[in-house]
This record gives sequence, structure tokens and C-alpha cells, in this order.
Amino acid sequence: MPQRFRDAEHLVRLAILFFVGALVFLVVRALWVPADFGELGHFRTGVLQDIRNLPIHYAARASCGQADCHEEEVASLASDTHASVGCESCHGALAAHAADPKLAKAATLEGDELCSRCHASLAARPKDFAQVDIEVHREGSACSECHDSHAPTQ
Amino acid sequence: MSLDRREFLAKGTMFLLLTGAASRAWAFIEQGRPQDAPDYDLATHWWAMFIDIEKCIGCGRCVDACKVENDVPPEAYYSRTWVERYIIPPIDPADPMAEILPIVDSPNAGRDGFPEVPAVAGAKSFFVPKLCNHCAESPCTQVCPVGATFRGPDGVVLIDKTWCVGCRYCIQACPYGCRFLDPRTNTADKCTLCYHRITRGLTTACCEVCPTQARVLGNLRNPDDPIHQLLKEHNVQVLKPNLATGAKAYYNGLDGAVR
Repeated sequence: MPQRFRDAEHLVRLAILFFVGALVFLVVRALWVPADFGELGHFRTGVLQDIRNLPIHYAARASCGQADCHEEEVASLASDTHASVGCESCHGALAAHAADPKLAKAATLEGDELCSRCHASLAARPKDFAQVDIEVHREGSACSECHDSHAPTQ
Repeated sequence: MSLDRREFLAKGTMFLLLTGAASRAWAFIEQGRPQDAPDYDLATHWWAMFIDIEKCIGCGRCVDACKVENDVPPEAYYSRTWVERYIIPPIDPADPMAEILPIVDSPNAGRDGFPEVPAVAGAKSFFVPKLCNHCAESPCTQVCPVGATFRGPDGVVLIDKTWCVGCRYCIQACPYGCRFLDPRTNTADKCTLCYHRITRGLTTACCEVCPTQARVLGNLRNPDDPIHQLLKEHNVQVLKPNLATGAKAYYNGLDGAVR
């Protein structure tokens, strides 16, 4: 054996260690990384479906106005300035109710808070948005005595 | 491992017919992945939101709806969306070079609305709804050491809660402060753009309840989506455009003082 390979067995041992280490790394990596990782990007593809499967709480306004449900209220709402306001904006999350009408009413804003939350005057509100000093405007009566909350200007 | 004759033939045939990569893909074809689902195609969506500051009335219904829809912890600190009120004092004619310091408040993240505060003479004020900007080049996903957070092919930045190790790098990396650590799971949490709703044809909970349409969700890959008209008719800007994050929350009426 030429002089320069005198200590070759050290290199062989190092090489074996390196390959064993690399093998262990590859095996552990193959076991640990989910099979669908990296298909669409640096993430597990299945998580998209996991997140899609989360439950829905807001049913959306399209489900309210069906026949034998709330046709009248939806028509009344559409006829006035509150047409852009979604049902669940005031009535709360009602997906459970839409799926089974016998089930619970959602929590909603109580009393005058129902109106004042949007219409109490604030300097930061857009100038062209209808807002009043509630205490002055109400003149001692409740909002609902003069206004129908579905069709407030009628 | 023991194989009966039928199984051996089936697996053997599959192995022979399909190359290594294709046989891996076979498992997912069998399971049915979202991109294969008939009702939602990843490739034809690129989600964005149009936010009109001139329409926001600060009622906070969006914050409430988000908390309910997504089971977000009730404390204001843990909010996926929130509303800020900016009060910007005027430039002082006696000292026009003095620094202008906006006053920003967001009581309970804006969830219960805003009480009136003492007026600052000559100031302008407005509400700014905030949420994850779902950046195309998101800084938060680039720092994740385990591949738990990502920007999907449809432009939504999401978190794999089963994969997150709770290291908080992404929380520090987000320049908009849109992430937090969920105290119940010790994993990062953020707005999903109501991914479970928008992939089923509904809009986000915040857009659903917004009484003035100050928030409008849109799919930029759909040429007929109304968001294109909104972006055309308004002079829009994103937050911190200098960071080139590719933010997709487009604001109308955004004052330069907003951070």
C-alpha cells in the first residue's frame, strides 16, 4: 500500500459513519414527514381539507327568505335603506337555526343598543351616514316606538 | 406482512403500471383532495378583500362575527380582525414642521363599538378595519421553520395547526400584527379569510355582517367579480406598500398616517 493511504481505515470508518447517519436521517424523515407534504407548496395538502371542514356559524342572508320562513321580513328589509344590512348583522349567528328552525335564537343587541351601535353620532363616522345624538333625538321614547328596524324610514 | 393472492396481484400490477411518483399520487386521488373537489377549484381563485374606510362606521359587528364564527378566544388581544379609530390632529400653522402624532384606539378590539371621545380641535378621524392582508409574498410564511404556515395556491395564508410548534417566529415577522399565539393550543393563529366558508360559496363572516359593505371579499381570478369594478372606481392602497409584501387587503380612503 502506497505511503499516502497508510491510514485509510480511518477514512473508511468515517465514510461508514457518514452513510449510516445519512440513512438514519432519510428513514426518520420519510417516517415523520406526511405523505402529502410538498405537493402544492411547502405544506401538507390535507390541511386545506381540514380547515374546510370547520363548522359554519353564520348561515348568510340567502337562507332567511325562503318560502314559509321569513319572506315578509326579508321583503320589508329590501324595501328600505337597511337593504344592505345582513340579517345576522343584528340577529346574530343563526346557522344552527337555519339547519333546524326549532333550534335556538342567537344573541342580539338589546334595546336601543340595536340602533345606537350604528347610529349614535361619532366624529369618526362618515359625514353622510345617518347619525343622531340618541338622548336628544329619542325625546324620552324608545327607538322602536317610531322606527321599524327593518324599514326605518317608513 | 402477508398478502393474499388477490392483494398481491393488485399491488403488483399497480407497482408495475405506475412509476414511483404516480403511485404516491394514487393515494391522494383515492382520498379526494380539495383541488379535486367538484365545487371548489384552487387554480381558479385568488382571494382579496376591498375595504372602504369611507364606509366603515365602527360598529364592530365584524369583530364580533369573526370571534363567533371562528371560535377565537374572547380577549381583545386574541383577535383575527379588529377595528382601529384614528384621530389625526391638524398641522399647526404656527409650527408646520412639528411631528403629527395620530391618536389610535381600539377598545376591546372594537367589538363593542366605540364610545365618543373628547374632540381634538380641527382633527380628522375615521375607522380602519384590520385583518390579515393575505400577502402574496408573505413575510410570516417565509420564516416558519417547519412548513406549518403557507400561502396556498388560491392566495390565502393559512396555518397547519397540527404541524405548528408554537415558536412564534411568524408572529414577529408579520408587519401588520395580524398573528397571535392561541393560549389554548399554543399554536399560532390568524385570519383564515373564513376558508371554510369561501370554499363553500359563502362570503366571510365579517363581510356577511358588515351593514355598510365597507368590506367586500373578491376572487381576482374571476373577471366578472364585482371587486374588479370596485378597484377600478376607487383609488386604493395597501398597508405598508414599501415592504412589498403583495398585500391583498385593498383600502379605499387610506390616509398616509395609518400604519
